[in-house]
Amino acid sequence: MSTSTITAGSAVHAADPVRPRPRKRRFDVKSVAMIWGFAAPALVVYVTFVIVPVVLAAVYSFFNWNGLGPLDRFIGIDNYVRALTDPTFLKAIGNNLAIVVLSLLIQGPVAIGVALLLNRPLRGRTLIRTLIFVPYVLSEVVAALAFKLILQPNGPFDAFLESIGLGGLKQLWLADQNVVFWTLFFVLSWKYLGFAILLMLAGLQGVPDELFEAASIDGASWWQIQRHITIPLLGPTIRIWAFLSMIGSLQLFDMVWVLTGGGPVNATVTMATYMMQYGFQRSQLGFGSAVAVILFLISLVFALLYQRHVLRRDFEGAVGRGA
Amino acid sequence: MNKARITRVGAVAAATALAVGGLTACSTGGDSGGDGKVTITWWHNATSDPLKGLWEDVATEFEADHPNVTVKVEGYQNEELQRTLIPNALRSGSGVDLFQAWGGGEIKDQVAAGYVMDISDSAADTIDAVGPVVSGWQVDGKTYGLPFQYGIEGFWYNKDLFAQAGIDAPPTTLDELNEDVTKLKDAGIVPIAVGAGDKWPAAHYWYNFALKSCSPDVLKKAQSQLDFSDPCFIKAGDLLQEFIATNPFQDGFLATSAQQGAGSSAGMLATGKAAMELMGHWDPGVMGGILKDDTGQADATPPSFLGWFNFPGIPGTDGDPTAALGGGDGFACATWAPKECVELLEYIDSESVQSRFGEIGAGIPVLPAAASSITDPNLQQVLAGLQSASYVQLWLDTSYGATVGGAMNDGIVALFGGQGSPEDIVKAMQDAAATL
Repeated sequence: MSTSTITAGSAVHAADPVRPRPRKRRFDVKSVAMIWGFAAPALVVYVTFVIVPVVLAAVYSFFNWNGLGPLDRFIGIDNYVRALTDPTFLKAIGNNLAIVVLSLLIQGPVAIGVALLLNRPLRGRTLIRTLIFVPYVLSEVVAALAFKLILQPNGPFDAFLESIGLGGLKQLWLADQNVVFWTLFFVLSWKYLGFAILLMLAGLQGVPDELFEAASIDGASWWQIQRHITIPLLGPTIRIWAFLSMIGSLQLFDMVWVLTGGGPVNATVTMATYMMQYGFQRSQLGFGSAVAVILFLISLVFALLYQRHVLRRDFEGAVGRGA
Repeated sequence: MNKARITRVGAVAAATALAVGGLTACSTGGDSGGDGKVTITWWHNATSDPLKGLWEDVATEFEADHPNVTVKVEGYQNEELQRTLIPNALRSGSGVDLFQAWGGGEIKDQVAAGYVMDISDSAADTIDAVGPVVSGWQVDGKTYGLPFQYGIEGFWYNKDLFAQAGIDAPPTTLDELNEDVTKLKDAGIVPIAVGAGDKWPAAHYWYNFALKSCSPDVLKKAQSQLDFSDPCFIKAGDLLQEFIATNPFQDGFLATSAQQGAGSSAGMLATGKAAMELMGHWDPGVMGGILKDDTGQADATPPSFLGWFNFPGIPGTDGDPTAALGGGDGFACATWAPKECVELLEYIDSESVQSRFGEIGAGIPVLPAAASSITDPNLQQVLAGLQSASYVQLWLDTSYGATVGGAMNDGIVALFGGQGSPEDIVKAMQDAAATL
């Protein structure tokens, strides 16, 4: 891949700021044509279906527009003010942030732990790995519908609880406004833990066996090896997973929409379901666009800050230094 | 993952717009060249037989009677059609000529944007023949669409369970309804199933309390001016709050869906797990479908124990006890559609087509002359209720439009969830109306 050579090359030069970059200004018609020839179709699709809609949404967000007729009622930042003063939208932001934090605090450690266990020689390891990954492969809508049926009042899950003598724990899993958020978080964890574990397992493959051998020769226990060698070396994987998890949590939609629709009484509303509700169901496309822009900006700020402060060292090829 | 969700939604919208644009290129409706040949593109929401087949027959018959006309008839999934396809086509100014129109606030917005053809004069005879239910498709006294079916809602109830609880006649006043709820609970029966997870089925309780507490004049003014200042709207919330406090619904009703599977509110009534459900005329059909899936028997029919009664009146209020809440489906012609579009619209509401519509049991035809074609006993009960209603109000959310309607429904569901107050519902509606 050409990009990786370029990155590696610039990293070398960055380490030596005094020397000016060698200038290769040879105008090579053939390679320029080739670059544009290959990039143009993808670029056209990207600009048409990603950049243009984003810009259009930003434009719509300054209008009071129901999706019909011309855009002629410019209202400045009223849509933004309305969104940011609406308790329901603030609750949606809170729910998103709560899911970000809970995912990092709960899913991360569990995934690392399971991956460490599965990385050891174990009978039926392949089968266990496959089973753990199955929920992630399932379509989100299918999974949500299945859980909706399983968790209905006196449904299969309650029957299961009763059969093992825990009938007292029965709840209105999806109908109780104080319980439903945790139900949602459990289903999300069930769905995405497999992905996290798979990432961690892949990261573990990159840790050289020699380090373990050297450590055990030095008399390190299994715990010490995990604590001082495996986990630090897993750093880049953990940081990338955390990034994907945060963005996914901020833009959470499908699972909530199908499982609870954001309810009951907005108990599980997220920014994306709020946007869908206002933009499409209440046909306030201008207001919905403002919500979309806010969601976009929050995700962007998260992504940029994270890249700047957390991922930077990975981009600099600091895997060795991290250890 | 939900990466790029916003942009994906945007992309889908853009792709749809492109697709719609592409369609137009080869099917330019409107008046074409000198040979007088025109194409009418007709979009409806019937994706399965018998209704889909009926519309296809109607198109073929119309083509046979009008050799210069080609009718391209296409059925789409309801929400996709209503929220995406029709708005996109209308905005692009082409692509569809005759389209599904749900009436109320939505057609009002489309008319305001100049997309819908005024058929007040061109279809005057049919408008007269159909009668008062056309009002949902009228804006400022002009008619922009014609309904082809119109039904009302009421309580569907299980006669066997009523008998088991010692109730001999359906209730006619709110007090009687409350007594029956108590009797059913005493007999260990869930009195009412409500699909509050879908929001609107819960909201319809407030609609009915408003319908039976507000005078028809107040309701008409609310519809035309979005004026909810009359105290009867708060009264509706008070009554609803009292009703919810009597605990008439099933456990976990806040997450119950209305129509999906045996655990839904329709499923509970169909399988004898609840005694009543407040729902529109389509409910027996939904129950039949659920029983089909549930039992695996292709010939499963709606349960035979079903009875129907209108939401009971409330003595001592301004409301009309016989008033009914309902809604329908209609069609409208786009402003750019060829004049034959109106003829097709009138043909859909002709006695021949309307009678066939009644015979296949798809719903209640709007043409009084076709009423006798209804053979389904459940629909006959609803029809009787419709005929005895002195005032028929369009669903309030449809009537007030999606923006106010959505705020209203959310406020009502919050009340079901023990949050907010009757005043909050009205305030949410007024606030939403202020953003229009």
